[in-house]
Amino acid sequence: MMAPARDPLAPSMRGYWTGFVIVLGLLAIAPLVLPEFWRRFTTEILIWGLLAMSSDLLIGYTGMVSFGHSAFFGLGMYGAAAALLTVKPANLWLAILYGLVGAGLVAVFVAYFSTRLRDIYFSITTLVFSQIFYVVIFTWTDVTGGENGLTFRQPPLFQHAFTPVTLHWFVLAVVTLSYLALRRVTQSPFGMVLQSIRENEGRTRAVGYPVERYKIVAVLLSGLFAGLAGVLYAVQNKFAAPDFVLFLISGEVVIFNVMGGMGTLLGPIAGAAFFLILRETFSRFWTEFYLIPVGVIFTLMVIFLPQGLLGFLRRRLNQ
Amino acid sequence: MFPWDQIIVQAINGIVNGMILALVASGLTLIFGIMDVVNFAHGELFMLGAYTGVLTLTATGNFWVALLAACVVIAVLGAVIQVVALRPLLGRDPLYTILATFGISLILQNWAFYKFGPVARRIQEPFTGNFPLFYLTYPWYRIVIAVLSAGIIGGLWLFMKYGKYGIWIRATTQDRIMASAMGIPVPLVHTVVFAIGAAMAAASGVLWGPMVGVNHAMGIDWTLKAFVVVVVGGMGNLGGSILAAIFISLLEPFASIWMSPAQAVIVSFVALILTLLFRPTGLFVPTPK
Amino acid sequence: MLTLSDVHTYYGKSHILHGVSLEVGRGEVIGLLGRNGVGKSTTLKSVMGLVRPARGHITFEGREITGLAPHQLARQGIAWVPEDRRIFKLLSVTENLRTGLDRAGLDEGRRQTLLDKVYTAFPVLRERRNQAGGTLSGGEQQMLAIARAMMLEPKIVLLDEPTEGLMPRMVSQIRDIIDVLHREGVAILLVEQNVPLTLGVSDRIYIMEKGVVRHQAPAAALRANQSVIHQYMGI
Repeated sequence: MMAPARDPLAPSMRGYWTGFVIVLGLLAIAPLVLPEFWRRFTTEILIWGLLAMSSDLLIGYTGMVSFGHSAFFGLGMYGAAAALLTVKPANLWLAILYGLVGAGLVAVFVAYFSTRLRDIYFSITTLVFSQIFYVVIFTWTDVTGGENGLTFRQPPLFQHAFTPVTLHWFVLAVVTLSYLALRRVTQSPFGMVLQSIRENEGRTRAVGYPVERYKIVAVLLSGLFAGLAGVLYAVQNKFAAPDFVLFLISGEVVIFNVMGGMGTLLGPIAGAAFFLILRETFSRFWTEFYLIPVGVIFTLMVIFLPQGLLGFLRRRLNQ
Repeated sequence: MFPWDQIIVQAINGIVNGMILALVASGLTLIFGIMDVVNFAHGELFMLGAYTGVLTLTATGNFWVALLAACVVIAVLGAVIQVVALRPLLGRDPLYTILATFGISLILQNWAFYKFGPVARRIQEPFTGNFPLFYLTYPWYRIVIAVLSAGIIGGLWLFMKYGKYGIWIRATTQDRIMASAMGIPVPLVHTVVFAIGAAMAAASGVLWGPMVGVNHAMGIDWTLKAFVVVVVGGMGNLGGSILAAIFISLLEPFASIWMSPAQAVIVSFVALILTLLFRPTGLFVPTPK
Repeated sequence: MLTLSDVHTYYGKSHILHGVSLEVGRGEVIGLLGRNGVGKSTTLKSVMGLVRPARGHITFEGREITGLAPHQLARQGIAWVPEDRRIFKLLSVTENLRTGLDRAGLDEGRRQTLLDKVYTAFPVLRERRNQAGGTLSGGEQQMLAIARAMMLEPKIVLLDEPTEGLMPRMVSQIRDIIDVLHREGVAILLVEQNVPLTLGVSDRIYIMEKGVVRHQAPAAALRANQSVIHQYMGI
């Protein structure tokens, strides 16, 4: 089903925006009231949420399943690292720029393949890409720090050093703006075409749309926002490591998408939150084996709740 | 002067490794050919097969019994997985089977980690004994597993071509709807084929066990490599998988002459990408006009 | 023997069958006529369990069969010969036939008898018995598709446009085959665009339009007065 274009100010949207503002408010207050651990946790949810959202543009809207988002994320991370290590004084905006450029280059590469390969072959290729990047980063020790990654200092925001609270607000601001931007994109005519590509690529092409071009742009956008998430992660944690380029991370991103609800943008953020909370909870009892129950829940959801949490709620609310 | 002896030793290694890889990959390509399922958990079936082998070997002391036990146990596991997780997904977007098998691979991997711990186990070779090959003594065992793998794959091929139920499997692979309309119990065929694929993965695990340690993470690399083989060989193409497996397994050791082994992995990935771009039906399959 | 009552079938959101009701008696040849797209093939597919009716009932020999899986129906004696024949291209002619022979309750002797019977009836297939199905001509593939269905020893055969794309000489061969089946007591539900053929072989004829049966009559009556057919088929 294509989501109809909505007038943002229509009365039916009021409920939506009210809810949106409330959630935003809660997230803004969060760092002030939560203990340190949960504060970081919330910030991380936002960052992973951004990554999942970027992936949703491809999976949920265009119907292209990418198992390679860890490559975009990783390049964003290492790009930021490059800026923060090579340019003094450390400049936040430069880090973002470098990260986006890094992710963008990978995205161009992947975009090229996206137009020649369909479905499973595209997915496997993206998986293979993330592994290739992992190997390159892992072994090119001189440049990337290899196994140990890179550490660096946190850049200041407008000449002031970040505090955990201001960092959270910065991340929140970036993620919110990204969400609004992606929302705009998915509800624009461009977004409609993407969805029609997902529904029936042949027909979309037959009607006259240059499907290849749309796919390329979709991959680029997706990659850029994923890279942005990588930059945020680097800034928050002050390190870059090859582990984040592993295919497993891409797999987790897809899990967020499915659990939260594909094609909803917000769903993947909810999915990320759900997964991370599950992981936290199960880690208490199962220590490092938390993936067993989480894996079971995920598999059950794939079979019985494929529309994800948000899809399920949406159906419930519509009744 | 070309180091011929080194090259030949590497080639033999490549063929041995290639045969094991072919055994793993043929299970994967069989499953994909018949039910369009990309089995992400295939490497985990390999790993659990190896563990079953370890346990049976410890209990009975007989390698061959361990091999048989692994095949049977994992075949049953495969059947259960297919019925419980994959049958409900029939007819849905193939994305969901990828996700489901991915979820299952997470469960199996971590369960193995939980049950067996991080320390690698060992499977003893059923016999030791080497023969002199140029500058080293080469273990007979390696030759045997290559021959055995070839035998198993050959057996499978014979079964499919001449066996009583081989026709069922081939018909279902070509046209599952028409096969059903001819009275072939397609759901059962799917389950059995998945079980066969699982058993082949398990056998590979046990055969490969003596060469490396058996641990919970051993399956991941194999899943990825098997994918590469399946794509390069042509999805659903049994003969192609064997050729592709040997090709890939020869490619890597030669590549590691110029780059480190860790980087040599990339070579097979590049082969995959090139195949997909220029010969998408498989490197050894003539592209249909 | 086979009854459809008020069957509604959808393809996704498209409502194809709007309440189809028809009957095929034991050993009868029933013709199903209608223009392209009225739902004739869908009717056959609904019977064969390839699409599940949303409403309505289908019974066979008194038992409810709506929604059963195709392989169960094949074993109960319903054979389907699809519009595009769907020969197993990579299997040989013999192997194609064997897909219908490898069922329980048949010993090797009986299997051989059935194979011989079919090869006698279709000498061309005997000639080509080791060739891959995909190498046969269109007409030969149609013969193979029907022969394959006969391997199931069915009580009723669902024939979907068997003469489509065939030369006139082959069309009369198909007619002969239908006669043979009829004489053996096998019921046939024949979907066709070829009106003269249908008029010639059928006992009764249903005419469909837009997903429903609009008219039914004994073939004899329609042979005498074809105006009704012209009205619905637009020819």
